[in-house]
Amino acid sequence: MLQVRNLSVSFGSTDVLSEISFDLKRGEIVGLLGESGSGKSTLALALLRVLPSDARVSGSITFDGRDLFTLSERQMRRLRGAAISIIFQEPGLALNPVLRVGTQITEVLRAHNSWSRRRLRDEAAALLAQVELPDVNRIFNSYPHELSGGEAQRVLIAQALVCSPALVIADEPTASLDSTIQAEILALLVKLRREKNLSLLFITHNPALLVNFADWVIVMCRGQIVEQGAVPAIFRRPVHEFTQALVSSMNARAMGGSVGI
Amino acid sequence: MTFFLKRLGHAAFLLAGVSVLSFLLLQLAPGDFFDEMRLNPQISPQTISHLRSQFGMDQSLPVRYWRWLRSAAHGDFGYSFAYNAPVSPLLRTRALNTVLLAGVSTLVAWIIALAIGVWNATRAGRWPDRLSAGVFSFSLAVPDVLVALLALLIAVRSGLFPVGGLGSSRFEEFSFLQKARDIAWHMVLPVSVLAFGLVPTLTQHVRSAVMGALSAPFVRAARAHGIPPARLLFRHVLPAAANPLISLFGVSLATLLSMSLLVEVIMSWPGLGPFFLEAIMARDVYVVIGVVLLSTSFLVVGTLLADALLLAADPRIRRS
Amino acid sequence: MTSPSASVARVEASTAPLLRLRGLTKTYRQRHLWREDRPIHALENINLEIPAASAFALVGESGSGKSTLAMCIAQLEALDAGEVWFKQKQLTGLSSDELRHQRAKIQLIFQSSALALNPRFTTIEAVTEPLEIQGSAERSQQREIALECMRLTGLTPELAQQRILTLSGGQRQRLAIARALTLSPELLMFDESFSGLDLIVQAQVLRLLASLQKSRSLTYLLITHDLSLVIGFASHLAVMQSGRIVESGAVSEVLAHPQHAHTQALIAAMPKWPTLQAAESGA
Repeated sequence: MLQVRNLSVSFGSTDVLSEISFDLKRGEIVGLLGESGSGKSTLALALLRVLPSDARVSGSITFDGRDLFTLSERQMRRLRGAAISIIFQEPGLALNPVLRVGTQITEVLRAHNSWSRRRLRDEAAALLAQVELPDVNRIFNSYPHELSGGEAQRVLIAQALVCSPALVIADEPTASLDSTIQAEILALLVKLRREKNLSLLFITHNPALLVNFADWVIVMCRGQIVEQGAVPAIFRRPVHEFTQALVSSMNARAMGGSVGI
Repeated sequence: MTFFLKRLGHAAFLLAGVSVLSFLLLQLAPGDFFDEMRLNPQISPQTISHLRSQFGMDQSLPVRYWRWLRSAAHGDFGYSFAYNAPVSPLLRTRALNTVLLAGVSTLVAWIIALAIGVWNATRAGRWPDRLSAGVFSFSLAVPDVLVALLALLIAVRSGLFPVGGLGSSRFEEFSFLQKARDIAWHMVLPVSVLAFGLVPTLTQHVRSAVMGALSAPFVRAARAHGIPPARLLFRHVLPAAANPLISLFGVSLATLLSMSLLVEVIMSWPGLGPFFLEAIMARDVYVVIGVVLLSTSFLVVGTLLADALLLAADPRIRRS
Repeated sequence: MTSPSASVARVEASTAPLLRLRGLTKTYRQRHLWREDRPIHALENINLEIPAASAFALVGESGSGKSTLAMCIAQLEALDAGEVWFKQKQLTGLSSDELRHQRAKIQLIFQSSALALNPRFTTIEAVTEPLEIQGSAERSQQREIALECMRLTGLTPELAQQRILTLSGGQRQRLAIARALTLSPELLMFDESFSGLDLIVQAQVLRLLASLQKSRSLTYLLITHDLSLVIGFASHLAVMQSGRIVESGAVSEVLAHPQHAHTQALIAAMPKWPTLQAAESGA
C-alpha cells in the first residue's frame, strides 16, 4: 500500500532524512523506532507532504499506486485526513484553543464531505463515542483546555479516524501522558485498528510499546534507517549496534540489579 | 459580574481624581477668563469683579470644586463663560461630531489594516510584505500636521473636496439623505488623514498576531487533516490571532476622543478639538474640565469594552 | 540478580534511616473572587523512611504531589505541618546558616536541571559554582574537585571549557550530577530528571549512578511517574496518589504483592518488555 523509496529531506545545509526506503502493506502495523533527533516526526510530515516550505525533498512516496510527489496540492489535500491521517503527540498543541472540540472534528469532515450540518455533527459525535469518551455532548461543546490529557488525546484520535482513512500515522501518541492513561490509549488504538482494519505507522522511542503490537519495526538513527525487521526477531537478534544498545538498555531496565545494600 | 462592578468603582475614582487634578492644574495657569476683559477699556473693573462673583470665581478653589461636584451629580457640568451657556449641551453636539469622525476613521483604518496585515502575514518575507513595511516606516515618520496640510492643499487645488467644515452652506435645507451625503463628502479628507496615521502601526500588529497564529502547531495539524487554506485562514487562524487585536481595538476606542484633536483643528472639523483649544486659551474653566472628563470616560468605557470583548472571544480567559 | 529476600534482609540490617518524614502536610489555597476557596491538598500526612545507601523510588502520576514533596524535603518550600529528619537532625526550623550547611548534604536535581544550567557558562564554571557559593574549599582546590567530579560522571576534561549550550541532553544531565557531587552530598534527589532523555542515555546515566553509589556512599531518591524506569534500579519503592503515600516497601515485595489498587494499576499499565527475549539476545 505504501512504498517509500530513497526519501531524503533537508533544511538548508542540514540533512534531516537520508535515503529512507521501506514498505507498508495493507492491514500491517509498522513501528518506527528512534530517539529524539532521529527524524521520525519529519518522516511523518513528509508522508503527508506538510513540511515547511523551505524543506528540500527528494525520492518517491507511492501510496495506492500513485506517486504522491506527482499530485497537485489540491489532490494531496483530498488525501490528507481522508486516506492518510495523523495523530499528533501533544494534544494541547495540536488542537486550536479558541475552537470547540466538536467543531474541530466537524471541520475535518467538512473538508472531505459536503454534508449537512446536522449530519456532520452526528458523525462527529459518533466518533467521540467510539473513542470511548463518556458524556459525548459535554466533550463536543468543550474547549481543549477544559479537557484532561487523556480526553484530549482521544479527541485527536477521533479527528484522525473520522474520515475512515486507510493509513493512520501515530506520532508518539502517548508520550505526554501518565502511564495509566497511556495504557488506556494504547488499548483503544489496538481495538480501533482491529475494528476498522487500519494500517498503522506507529512512531515511538520506546521499544516496549512495539514488542507485542507491531508486525514490522523500522529503526532510525540520525535521519537514516539503520535496521528493519519483523517483530520479535529484530529484538531477539538485533544486528545494528544502535538496535543492540537499545535492546540492552531495555533489558537492563527490566532486570537490572537492585542497587543499594 | 463582580468584575464589572469593581471596574465601575475604579472608574468613578478615576473620574473624581481627574476632575480634582484638572481643577488644580487649571488654577496654576495665571489669570482667568475675565482677565481678558481687562484689556478692553470699555469694561470697567467693577463690571469685571461683578461678573466674577456672579460666576462664583471669587470664591476659594475647594468651594468652587464642591459646588461643581454637586451640580455635576445632577448632570449639570458648569457654565461656559465664552458662550454664556451651560457646558453640557455645548459638549454634546461637538462630541458627537468628534465621535463620528474618529469612529469612522478608526473603522476605516482597521479594515485596511486587517486586509493588508493578513495578506502580508500569509506572504511574509516576500516582496509585498517588504514593500508594505518600507512604506509604513516612511509614513510613520511623516508628521500628522504635514499630512493634514497636504490634504488641505489637495482640497484647495483640485476643488474635489471641501476645505473643512462639516456641511455646505445650504446644509439646513437638505433632505436627510442629502445631508448624509454632504457630511460624508466633507469627511473624506479628515478621515483619510487620520487613517493614514493609524494604519501603519495597526497593520504591523495585525501582521505579527496572524503570523504568530500561523506558526502554531495546531495550524500544521489542521493542514495535515486536509483543511483547505482559505477556510484554514478565516475559520481557524484568525480567531486564534484575535486575542491581542481585541485588546488593541479597545485601546483604539479609548483614545478615540483625543486622537483627532489636531486634525480637527487644522481641517476645521467642528468637533471637540477646536472647541477645546479655544477654551484652554480663554481659560474657560468648566468647558476644559468637561472635555477632559469626557475623554477620561471614553478611556474607561473603551478599556472595559475591550475586556468584555476579550472575555467573549477567548474561552481560555473565561476559565480563570 | 540479587534474590528478593537477600536484598530485603540487607536493608533491614542497616542502621537508622538517612531521611525520615513525619506527618508532612501542605495545602494550597486558590483565591477566587466569586467562588469559595477550594484548598488543594498537595501533601497529606506523609510518613516515609529512606534507608541509607538505598535507591528509593517515589512513583506517582501528575498531580500526585511528588514534586511538592521533593521541594519540601529540600526546604525550598514551607510545610504547613510535619518534620523532616535528616540523620537524626530536624531540618524544619533550622536557621538559614545551619540550613546552608545541611543543604550541601541534600542535593536536588530537577527535570529541567539540564535546561536550568546557564547556557553561557562553561562546563567548569557550572561545576565549580556550588563550591563558590558554599565557600567550602580554596580557589585552587575548587578546580581540582570540579574536574574530579566531572571525571566521575564521564565528562572528559576537554569539555571543561565548552559552553553548556553545545552539550547534548545526556551530557547536561551528567553535568547536573557532577555539579551536585562537588559538595559531597549524602542524598541525591532526582525529580523527573530522566523523562526527557533518550532510552539509551537513560540507561547510561542509571549505570553511572549505580557505580557512583558505592564509591561515594550515596543514597538516591528517584521521583518519577514512570514505574518501568525504576523497577530495575531501585531497592525501595513508594507509590503516591493525591498527596498520600498509598504503599511502600522493598521493590521486589511491592511488585510481587501490590496491596493498593493504584499500585496494581501502575504495574498493570507498564509496557512489558519480555525478559525472555532479553535472555536470548544476550547469548
